[in-house]
Amino acid sequence: MNPIEIVKKIKDKFPEEVLWFRCFREECDITIKKEKIKDILEYLKNTPTLEFDYLIDLTAVDYLGFREPRFDVIYQLMSIKHRHRLRVKAEVSEQECFINSVVDLWKTANWFERECFDMFGIEFKGHPDLRRILMPEDWIGFPLRKDYPVYSDLKDKEWQPYKELKELATGWKENEP
Amino acid sequence: METIYVILITTIKTIIYFGVLMLHVAYATYAERKIIGHIQLRLGPMVVGPHGLLQPIADVVKLIFKEDIIPYNVDRKIFTIAPLISLTAALSTFAVIPVSENWLISNVNVGILYVLGIAGIGTYGIIFAGWASNSKYAFLGSLRSAAQMISYEVALAMSLVGVILMAESFNLTEIVNKQLEYSYGMFLIPQFLGYFVFIVAMLAETNRVPFDLPEAETELVAGYFVEYSGIRFSLFYLAEYLAMFCMSALATICFWGGWTVPPFLLTIFPFLGIIPGIIWFLIKVYFHMFLFFWIRGTLPRYRYDQLMSIGWKVLLPLALLNIVLTSIIKYYW
Amino acid sequence: MNPENTRELLINMGPQHPATHGVLRLVLEIEGEVIKKCIPYIGYLHRGVEKLSEDLTYVQSLPLTDRLDYLSSMINNVGFCIAVEKLMGISVPERAKFIRTMMSEMARICSHLVWIATHALDVGAMTVFLYAMRDREKLLELFEMVTGARLTVSYPRVGGVRCDVNQEFLDELYKFVNEFPKKVEEYETLIDRNRVWLRRTKGVGVITAEEAINWGLTGPTLRGSGVYYDIRKFFPYDAYDKVEFEVPLGKNGDIYDRYKCRMLEFRQSAKIIKQCIELLPEGAILADDALRIRMPSSPLKIDKKDIQFEIYIEDKSIEDFINKFTEVYASIEAPKGELGFYIVCDDSAKPYRMRVRAPSFVHAGVLPRLCEGALIADVIANIGSIDIVLGECDR
Repeated sequence: MNPIEIVKKIKDKFPEEVLWFRCFREECDITIKKEKIKDILEYLKNTPTLEFDYLIDLTAVDYLGFREPRFDVIYQLMSIKHRHRLRVKAEVSEQECFINSVVDLWKTANWFERECFDMFGIEFKGHPDLRRILMPEDWIGFPLRKDYPVYSDLKDKEWQPYKELKELATGWKENEP
Repeated sequence: METIYVILITTIKTIIYFGVLMLHVAYATYAERKIIGHIQLRLGPMVVGPHGLLQPIADVVKLIFKEDIIPYNVDRKIFTIAPLISLTAALSTFAVIPVSENWLISNVNVGILYVLGIAGIGTYGIIFAGWASNSKYAFLGSLRSAAQMISYEVALAMSLVGVILMAESFNLTEIVNKQLEYSYGMFLIPQFLGYFVFIVAMLAETNRVPFDLPEAETELVAGYFVEYSGIRFSLFYLAEYLAMFCMSALATICFWGGWTVPPFLLTIFPFLGIIPGIIWFLIKVYFHMFLFFWIRGTLPRYRYDQLMSIGWKVLLPLALLNIVLTSIIKYYW
Repeated sequence: MNPENTRELLINMGPQHPATHGVLRLVLEIEGEVIKKCIPYIGYLHRGVEKLSEDLTYVQSLPLTDRLDYLSSMINNVGFCIAVEKLMGISVPERAKFIRTMMSEMARICSHLVWIATHALDVGAMTVFLYAMRDREKLLELFEMVTGARLTVSYPRVGGVRCDVNQEFLDELYKFVNEFPKKVEEYETLIDRNRVWLRRTKGVGVITAEEAINWGLTGPTLRGSGVYYDIRKFFPYDAYDKVEFEVPLGKNGDIYDRYKCRMLEFRQSAKIIKQCIELLPEGAILADDALRIRMPSSPLKIDKKDIQFEIYIEDKSIEDFINKFTEVYASIEAPKGELGFYIVCDDSAKPYRMRVRAPSFVHAGVLPRLCEGALIADVIANIGSIDIVLGECDR
C-alpha cells in the first residue's frame, strides 16, 4: 500500500491524534500525539490491510532548541507480508517525559525501550523491567540528549566507580617499593 | 632378607616404571598436539628443538617453575591434596599392568578389579578439587564428573565381565595367555560388543572428547581445575594422561591380546615372532592413544543429559547383553 | 536438608568467558543443570558511536562503523554510505555498485566463517574452527589486496568506493569462489552428518515464525524459522537486483535450521560474487557529486525537491522545522541480520542524529526466551546460533 494511503487511513481512524506527516526519499513519517500511541500502533499491527507485524527499530531524537515538545520517540514499522515501511513518531516533552510501552505488542521493544530510557531518560509506562542497559546502572545523566556534552572537563562529576578505580590504581603505584 | 630383597626389587621396578611412564606422558602430550595439529591443517609445536621435539620438556620446566598460586577463598588442605589423590590413583593402576610376559611390578590375582577400583579413586581428587576451589564453575564441573564417573564405571566394568568369563580369571597375565588359545589370538573378535562398550566408556572415564563435560572448556571454562595453575594443574594433567594410558593398556590386554602376536599371523609370517612382546604391546597401546586424539580432533561434545542417557540406556544394556550372550555361548561350548 | 535453606545457584557467565563471543554477560539462575532464569547484561563494549558521530562529519563517521560488527566491517561501511547517499540523493556509478556487492558478499562469507568456526568450537568440534580460519585467511588477504586493510577496511565512500579493483584481484577472487563450495562441503562432512552435532542442535532453541517476528529477529536467525525476509530481495540496494540468488529458508526454527541456512548462504554468496565478477561494468567508481562531502565543515546542500508534507494542526510555524530536519532510514542485509542506519540531518556537515539499528542487539535480547528451561550446554549453543557480535550490540 502507498504510504500516503496508510497515513490517510490513520488520519480517518484517529483524526485528533495525527499532527503532520512528511514524505522524503520515498519514506513516510507520521507524527502523532503520544497519548494514544499504543492504540495507534495496535491498529497498525492488527489491521489486515496494513499488518505492520515488524517493529524494526525504536529510538528517540532530541530536538532541543528547535521545537517545543523536545523529544520524538520513533517507531520504525514494517510489514513482511505487504512489504511496506512506515515511521511513526510521537512527541514527548521534557516535563512529561513518559510514554506508554509497547512491549505487549512487540517483545523486541523491550530492549529498545530500555536503551531509549538509558540514553534519553524517556520513561516507558508499563515496561516490565525498565533499567539502564548500555550504561552502568549508577550512571548519572542521559548521554544522547543534546545538552549532554561530548567533550567536557568532568572533574568531580566523573563516574564514581571509575574515579575510585583510578585512585586505587595510582595508590598502588605510589606504594610500590 | 627375602622381604628386603622383594622390597628393593619392587622399588627399583617402580622407579623404572615411573620414569618410563613420565616420559611417555610427556611425549603423549607432544603426540596429541602434533596429531591434532595435522588433523587441523596446522603443524603443531615446531619451535623448541627439531620439529618441536623438546617442547614437552620445556612445558614441564615451565609448569614446575611457575608461581604456585592458591586462591584466597579455597579450602587450602583439600585444595593441595586433591591433585595428589588424582595422580596417585592414576599411577597406582600401573602396578598390576603387565607390559610383557612377567614384566610387571606385582602379579595380583584380581588385577582387573584392582585397576577399576583404583581408577575410581581418581574421581575423589576431582570432586575434592571442585569442592575446595570454592568456585561455581569448578563445583559444577566436579559434580558433572562425579555423575559421569559413576554412570560410566558401571558400563566399563560390565563390558569387562565378558572378557573375565572367557578368560576364567581376573589376572591380567592369565587373560593375555588365555587369548593365545584361540587362533585369532585376541578377545576382540568374540567380544566385539564388549570392546565397543569399553571404548566408549573409556572415553567417558578419562573425560575425553566427546565426553569431556567436567572440563568443558566453552561451558565451564575449565571445569574442576579452573582455579589451579602451575605444578598443581600439571598434576591433574598428568593424571588425565596416565588414565588414558591405563585405559589403553587395559584395552590392549583384555581385547587385543597384550604383548602376543595372533597365532594365525605367526604361522603365516613366522618372522614376526622375533619382535619382542613389549614392542607389540606398545604398538597396540599407541593405537588406542591415537584413537583418543583422533576422536578429539573429530567430534563435538555431548550434552550432559545425553551423556547420561547414553550411559544408562545404551551402553549398560549392551554390556549386559554381551554378558548374557557370552555366558550362554560359554555354557554350551 | 531443610528446603528453606536451599536456593538456586547463580552463575555469572561472562564478561570473561570463552564462549560468550566477546563481553556478553549472562547471569544464570540454575537448578541442577537446568536454567531457571537468564538475564543478559550488555554494555561492556559501549563506545558511544551514536553520540560520537553527532560531533563528526559524515566522512569522519565512516570509520566508526567499521568498529560495529568488526567481522564484516565492509558491510557496515556500505550500510552507512547507502544511508548518506539516500539522504543526499547521490546516485552511485554502476561499477562501484558491483564492487560493493562483491565486497559485501566477501564480508558475509568472512563473517559466516567466523560464525561456523566459533559455533562449532562452542559445541566442541575444534577442527572446524581451523578449517574455517584457513579460508577466512584467503579472504582477508584479498581484502588486503584492494583496501590495504584486513579487518577494518573503510573502503566504501559516500558515492562509490575508494579505489578500483584490478584484474589480479578479480582472478584470485574468481579462483576462490570456484573452490569455495567444495570447502563448505568439507565443513559439512565434519559436522552435518555427525550424530553428536545433530543431537546437540536439532530441536534445541526452537523459536516459531510468529515469535521470531515478534522478537524482531532478522537475517539467517529469522530465516531459520521459515520467514522469507531478506532486504536484498525486499528492498534491493547496490547491485542485488541485477544478480540472481536464492534465499535459503529453514523450517523448524531450531539451532540446526539456523546453521543450515547459513551454510546454504555460503553457496549463494559465492554465486553472487561470481556473477559480480562476470558482470562487472567499466566506468567510474565514485560519483561526480560525491566530492563535496570531502569538505568537512561546509553545510550540506540537500536536494529537497521531493519533500512532501501535510500539517493537520493550527500552528503552521512547524513548517520550518519540517523543512529543516530531513531524515532517512536505510537498511542492508548484514550477515547478522538487518543493519539499519537512521540519520537525521539538519543541513549542517555533521549528522544531527545517527541511529544504528544493530541486529546483534535485538538478537541478544532474545537469549532469555531461548535459554530458559534449557541446559547450560544449550545456552552456549544458542549464543552461537544467534550469531552476535558485541561490538555491534553495544555500539
